[in-house]
Amino acid sequence: MVTEKDVQHIAELADIGIDAGELGTFTAQFNAILDYFDVLDRVQGDGAGARDLINVMREDVVEPSLPQEDVLRNAPAQEGGFIRAPRVM
Amino acid sequence: MVLSEIRFEPDDRYNAFLTICRKAPCGTGPLAGVAVAVKDNISTKGIETTCASRILKGYVPPYDAHVVELLRQSGAAIAGKTNMDEFGMGTTTENSAFGPTLNPADTSRVPGGSSGGSAAAVAAGMVRMALGTDTGGSIRCPAAFCGIVGLKPTYGRVSRFGLIAYSNSLEQIGPMAKNVSDVSLLMQVIAGHDRRDTTSYNRPYRHTPDADIKGLKIGIPKEYFGAGVDKKVADVVQRALARLGELGATSVPCSIPSMEYALAAYYVTCTSEASSNLARFDGVRYGPAANTKKSWHDAYRDVRRAGFGTEVRRRIMLGTFALSSGYYGKFYAKAQVAKENVRKDFTRILADVDVIAGPTMPTIAFKLGEKSDPLSMYLADILTVPVNLAGIPAISVPCGKADGMPVGLQIMGRPFADERVVDVAYAYEQAVA
Repeated sequence: MVTEKDVQHIAELADIGIDAGELGTFTAQFNAILDYFDVLDRVQGDGAGARDLINVMREDVVEPSLPQEDVLRNAPAQEGGFIRAPRVM
Repeated sequence: MVLSEIRFEPDDRYNAFLTICRKAPCGTGPLAGVAVAVKDNISTKGIETTCASRILKGYVPPYDAHVVELLRQSGAAIAGKTNMDEFGMGTTTENSAFGPTLNPADTSRVPGGSSGGSAAAVAAGMVRMALGTDTGGSIRCPAAFCGIVGLKPTYGRVSRFGLIAYSNSLEQIGPMAKNVSDVSLLMQVIAGHDRRDTTSYNRPYRHTPDADIKGLKIGIPKEYFGAGVDKKVADVVQRALARLGELGATSVPCSIPSMEYALAAYYVTCTSEASSNLARFDGVRYGPAANTKKSWHDAYRDVRRAGFGTEVRRRIMLGTFALSSGYYGKFYAKAQVAKENVRKDFTRILADVDVIAGPTMPTIAFKLGEKSDPLSMYLADILTVPVNLAGIPAISVPCGKADGMPVGLQIMGRPFADERVVDVAYAYEQAVA
């Protein structure tokens, strides 16, 4: 059972802005969905025999990349060839 | 090589397209001059790509997805970008920020989703072929609802480079068309190895559909005809299976016990991956501007509340919850064990039979607005998600109508046996043509 306070906390963790007016609906929906997810409690096994997964690595070599102007073209705020971001502190 | 261009001026009364390329360059090759529509979560250099989200409105990719490079090399013309559920999250195409797509077979109904725009564009004859993506049924569902053919390839057979990621471990790009031969032809163009996708296999697809299925063994899982599956839909599919029997195939009853929790495992996995993947949309490198005067949490929350639709926000929050401390073991870890159990069930059954078949969707296309509750919408994916968890190929081919609406026959196969599911679909299609 999740509460409105839990949903508020999750929204903060995920940087999803949430309005007080939406909290009740989201909370009710989450409880219905999470109730359904409880069926996973019945899952038996340990996942062993998982397909033989391997890491696919490559050498860290310098390769041609996109021109700076192409990369910046979609950035809404720029300064001196860099992307401007909100302040962190 | 660009030789010329086609003029593409469709009557898009179904809202299938988000962007129409009225003059589309094309070249020589197996798809010379063929108009191909591309789902709007696949990057197209110089052509706006929004994932049907306000948060990417105006975004123009600086590079092509691997499959788009291959389309251009094959001579195809990129005719436009198709409508979809925002970031692929939905089963109806109603979750688009730019309005729903209508089903050409009945405009009061949804085309299915999330590749609903691609399916409608093909069904209405606006394009001969289209690319969709399938994370939990998003190619097969709209193919079934609109009465066309759609293939979800084996995981790893088609490069995901340039596909704007929603759930990396489940999704594949695949072909959609009115007939099996065109699906096979488009698959031949897009399959193959790409080192920019580390999950890509070197398994090219070179195949001409073959309608001979004498001696084929078809597994019929009882779960695909059980509770929740509309009787009229089940009857149409049973008749199609009987037709395959007349062509020389044998039906073998089977069971997929892990289907009990497959849907939950799917939704835990895809929302978890979405919560990570969609963290990149913050209004800094692309999208609507974040207020750089505000602190970053405040600025990002403003952008994401305004830019994401309700279903996207819901899934990001669900995934964040499923991965959070104290719940990871109960949800995410269990879902991964469940995923492995689903794969084992398919491996076991497919050791004895060549393919598995059943309905693609449990019902015909919903009325617009019918699925307003999120859980009831999720439950509609029950027959398509097991394939994504197992990573196997599956095709949906039209097999008749129920209540006047198209019904899809789903054929699932062994890993990398995409050719086999194509052949079975082709055999059925030719038999009823």
